[in-house]
Amino acid sequence: MGGLDIETEEGRREALRRMLTIRAFDSEAGDRFADGEIPGFVHLYIGEEAVGVGTCASLEDEDYIASTHRGHGHCIAKGLDPKYMMAELYGKAEGYCNGKGGSMHIADVDAGMLGANGIVGAGPPLATGAALSIDYQDRDQVAVGFLGDGAVAQGQVHEAMNLAATWDLPAIFVIENNHYGEGTPVEEQHNVDNLSDTAQAYDIPGLTVDGMDVTAVAEAVGEARARARAGDGPSLIEAETYRYRGHYEGDEEPYRDEDEIERWKARDPIDSFKERLIDRGELTAEEFDELEHEIEAEIEAAVEYAQSAEPPAPHEAYEDMFAETPPEIERFATAARTDGGERIEDSRSTSDRSRSEGGERR
Amino acid sequence: MTAQAERELETETETMTVREAVRQALREELERDEDVYIMGEDVGLFGGVLEVTSGLYDEFGGERVRDTPISEAGFMGAATGAAATGTRPVVELMFSDFAGVSMEQIMNQMAKMRYMFGGKAEMPVTVRTTEGGGMGAASQHSGTIHTWMAHFPGLMAVAPGTAASAKGLTKAAIRSDDPVFVFENKMIYEQEGAVPTDDEFTIPLGEAAIEREGEDVTVVATQRLVGESLQTAESLAEAGVEAEVIDPRSLYPLDTETIVESVRKTGRLIVADESPLSYGTHAEIVARVQEEAFFSLDAPIQRVGTPDTHMPFSTPLEQEVLPDGDDVREAIERVT
Ligand SMILES: Cc1ncc(C[n+]2csc(CCOP(=O)(O)OP(=O)(O)O)c2C)c(N)n1
Ligand SMILES: [Mg+2]
Repeated sequence: MGGLDIETEEGRREALRRMLTIRAFDSEAGDRFADGEIPGFVHLYIGEEAVGVGTCASLEDEDYIASTHRGHGHCIAKGLDPKYMMAELYGKAEGYCNGKGGSMHIADVDAGMLGANGIVGAGPPLATGAALSIDYQDRDQVAVGFLGDGAVAQGQVHEAMNLAATWDLPAIFVIENNHYGEGTPVEEQHNVDNLSDTAQAYDIPGLTVDGMDVTAVAEAVGEARARARAGDGPSLIEAETYRYRGHYEGDEEPYRDEDEIERWKARDPIDSFKERLIDRGELTAEEFDELEHEIEAEIEAAVEYAQSAEPPAPHEAYEDMFAETPPEIERFATAARTDGGERIEDSRSTSDRSRSEGGERR
Repeated sequence: MTAQAERELETETETMTVREAVRQALREELERDEDVYIMGEDVGLFGGVLEVTSGLYDEFGGERVRDTPISEAGFMGAATGAAATGTRPVVELMFSDFAGVSMEQIMNQMAKMRYMFGGKAEMPVTVRTTEGGGMGAASQHSGTIHTWMAHFPGLMAVAPGTAASAKGLTKAAIRSDDPVFVFENKMIYEQEGAVPTDDEFTIPLGEAAIEREGEDVTVVATQRLVGESLQTAESLAEAGVEAEVIDPRSLYPLDTETIVESVRKTGRLIVADESPLSYGTHAEIVARVQEEAFFSLDAPIQRVGTPDTHMPFSTPLEQEVLPDGDDVREAIERVT
């Protein structure tokens, strides 16, 4: 999954399905987090669905995306399977990262998804790097780096844009301006009116679009992709959007009020798109309900799968540090394995029990 | 001085959590010195992601409790430049892993400026940051990196294990004219302890605390492992093994003397610190002890730390790699 033609009825239906899938997934993830089933942090994408779906709609399967801490929506938009995503959120061995990454590091490099990221602003340089590989090997692909409005304040974001611009790399930077970085409003973090204005510093196109409108996003990214493939270098797209939930689950949100949230909800990306499709006669309310139920069932099944999946065995903690595990780490893996999966209490010792001269003194 | 003696000196104490102790230290220093101010991401109205600065914005306002954009390289550098020019910034680096973003300003500017300039720059900057696994926060929010700063010439590093030391070290760091990193383990923010209320209470950098006296084995433990080692020591006492538990509190400068004296007495040493085992904090303590007390050792020194992995997300994996009080017990049992 990946690209779809938003100019066609089928493509629009698919875009709607993906947005609904993201919303259902994240609603469920929020509930399961509240239940204490999902550890760590989760950052939900509810309200911002049109940005991820619109962007990936204009990409091909082979294209890359580098995501953010708020990455579930990007994963689903890129075609990752909610079942293995949910298993990752639960820290299960069947998850996309074998339970090692969790919500904040969910990735599927083979599917072109270069990872959610715990470091704000770290995705754009990775996208520039993917674009470098593409350019170097003359491959017919592009790379998208997602970033939040807050991330625009990171130096490495600008270094990455400058590099991509200077080398005419096939990269697209998509700013998801949801108007807050954690609890700090965008105006308190930036002096420019439009974050896309920063493109001027690199002499690349900079465009601000309605991030609540999936077709507007798809169109902008489609143009940027064509430009990148023509060898004309990167573009910067700012999508104005809003997150309905707190920064992370558990956020008390002292920094905004209910009115503001309601104002944005009135422009909900799913509702408005649904209305448009109904108005065009491409969808009936009944069909929409059916689709919604279908997706809810899919997500429930994903949760059940994740709940009953096996956790990783303790020795797996010592795998994947290197292509070839050095002895420093291997000894811990061996100890954990020979202990039958139970943790072995002397595994952290650096001296062998048999060499110990202790005992005689007492 | 033993922690016991210290507590006797400071008669007035109040029970509070590590989080409250750090906050009290910040509040007192903001009150004491107008040149002191806090800056970091969401330290203001939001109160800090782990709620350490909560309430300070209301008390002191946005000039002195300043929210920054998400620009660690920029504000770490700004703190360095500000410290060199007459003010005393206290930076909150939300998670110590983000030091990666700001490392240039730390290692090439903050740490070097005084020396390179022939002593002609002051550097009264404090950086508070959180470390450690146990929250399911995965590899980019769970690191224990204090060895980097303790290793790097020109930086001081402290790592409190109790509420009292959290307050005393934070205040000493802010009053110091040198760059001091305060490493707060995020799993002990709720841990309670008796904290001196005297607003002149500080803990000098470079002084360890003997948290428990014992004759049989010395356990040098940091941060979360201080409390866990004390519990382990109590349970081992029932079996007749008396462990002496020392919290170095300050990693650089390190109170070598207190540790060496203890090893001379016990002949055995366990070093328990959550940082990765290779080339680290453990090794430094071990090296200093063998340099000065080699002939007092009766058993091989044992290290308890994180194997050389990042912190995995999945709870059973995280529990597997995280060192704890049981690991300290096993280490003690191997040598006693
Ligand atoms: C380098 C770094 N600094 C700080 C953080 C903590 N943090 C996580 S998300 C976030 C806010 C990000 O805001 P924005 O880029 O607008 O993304 P949003 O959360 O709004 O999607 C912050 C400060 C981090 N993860 N990495
Ligand atoms: Mg934002």
